Amino acid sequence: MKGKYILIGGFAVGLAVASALSFSDGDRDWSMSATDVRPVTNPMYAAECGSCHFAYQPGLLPARSWEKMMAGLDDHFGENAELGPDVLATLTDYLVANAAETDPGWVAKRIEASAPDGAASLRISEQPYIVHKHDEIPRYMVRDNAEVGSLSNCMACHTRADKGVYDEDTVRIPGYPYWED
Amino acid sequence: MRRFLLPVLIFLSVALPAAAADAVRERLDAYRAAGAGEFSAARGEAMWTRQQGARAPDRAESCATCHTPNLTQPGEHFRTGKPIAPLAPSVNAERLTDTAKMEKWFLRNCKGTWGRECTPQEKGDFLTYMKAQ
Ligand code: HEC
Ligand code: HEC
Ligand code: HEC
Repeated sequence: MKGKYILIGGFAVGLAVASALSFSDGDRDWSMSATDVRPVTNPMYAAECGSCHFAYQPGLLPARSWEKMMAGLDDHFGENAELGPDVLATLTDYLVANAAETDPGWVAKRIEASAPDGAASLRISEQPYIVHKHDEIPRYMVRDNAEVGSLSNCMACHTRADKGVYDEDTVRIPGYPYWED
Repeated sequence: MRRFLLPVLIFLSVALPAAAADAVRERLDAYRAAGAGEFSAARGEAMWTRQQGARAPDRAESCATCHTPNLTQPGEHFRTGKPIAPLAPSVNAERLTDTAKMEKWFLRNCKGTWGRECTPQEKGDFLTYMKAQ
């Protein structure tokens, strides 16, 4: 009898840990509220679009930008990132369904508001809100900083970017721990 | 519970390298069927670091630009800075186990590095070299 409870208890703890770690808990309420952008919730996206760089959250670009990007993966910023038709369709749906327009996080809302109508820029790092937020960081801390390389490398400075966290408290520019704007 | 752990660990340590060998064999057979001749690890190794023209900002010089010349070492994507786990099956049992993944990256990396797809002969030479690392 006792053994059974231990077993069930162990199972429950296991489940709790698994759901805390898993990617598939995106439609839970706690992950929607008060976030910066919605964390990545799709394991296929995390694997396919997280192999060459960290998996940018869908909420960082408007849907029209994702649609344009996914239509040209054979020349993706000079790189071949082609996908088979099924994976391509699944990931395009995921990106569009979670794009800046539908993401309640405050970073997503600001990106959406700043994106010029009609234009579909493919770079998060060129969205007006993102440019504005970083325009006081000198070049030697970004481009000429071997540990950063470019503003595209969010993870180099935003230590929890892969969790969808971009607030000031989690920023640390490599080599310049005391930088303040 | 503990009783199961050891057999599972033994299974994993034995099964995964075997999977790499199977997947590589399957690919080599397919390349031969597509007209390739004998495969050579030495040719694969030479191609690994062979430079194709000058390094442009968005063009790697060779496979070693991202994967380093030593396959047992971790690499780094030269444009994005993202770390890449070692390719050698001897230190990374997940490598060369999934034929679709291998073909996907051959397509991308040959185009990205050499500006064209690799031939079945070249892919076979690469795999013969890689699987022994
Ligand atoms: C084969 C490698 C590769 C794969 C796979 C890949 N990317 Fe990229 N991606 C790149 C490179 C290289 C850049 C340009 C980085 C730079 O300029 O620093 C880039 C840039 C980006 C950017 C713009 C970053 C910025 O500057 O704001 C986004 C967004 C992006 N990728 C999304 C995706 C998505 C979505 C997928 C999956 C469909 C994907 N990537 C798959 C290599 C890749
Ligand atoms: C060179 C380091 C660096 C890189 C790379 C970088 N950031 Fe930042 N980011 C910062 C700093 C520093 C701040 C300003 C923090 C402050 O206001 O004190 C900032 C601020 C922000 C803010 C506003 C935070 C707030 O609390 O107002 C957002 C959102 C943001 N970055 C997103 C991104 C995204 C998305 C990327 C990748 C496309 C990125 N950053 C790349 C360093 C960086
Ligand atoms: C621009 C950087 C870059 C260059 C150059 C590059 N690769 Fe890769 N390669 C990657 C990335 C990124 C992955 C996938 C990431 C991962 O699985 O950890 C990868 C994965 C692979 C794989 C898949 C291995 C497996 O089974 O998991 C093979 C095979 C491979 N590369 C071969 C090559 C060959 C051959 C060359 C030269 C023609 C080459 N690569 C050049 C970045 C690169």
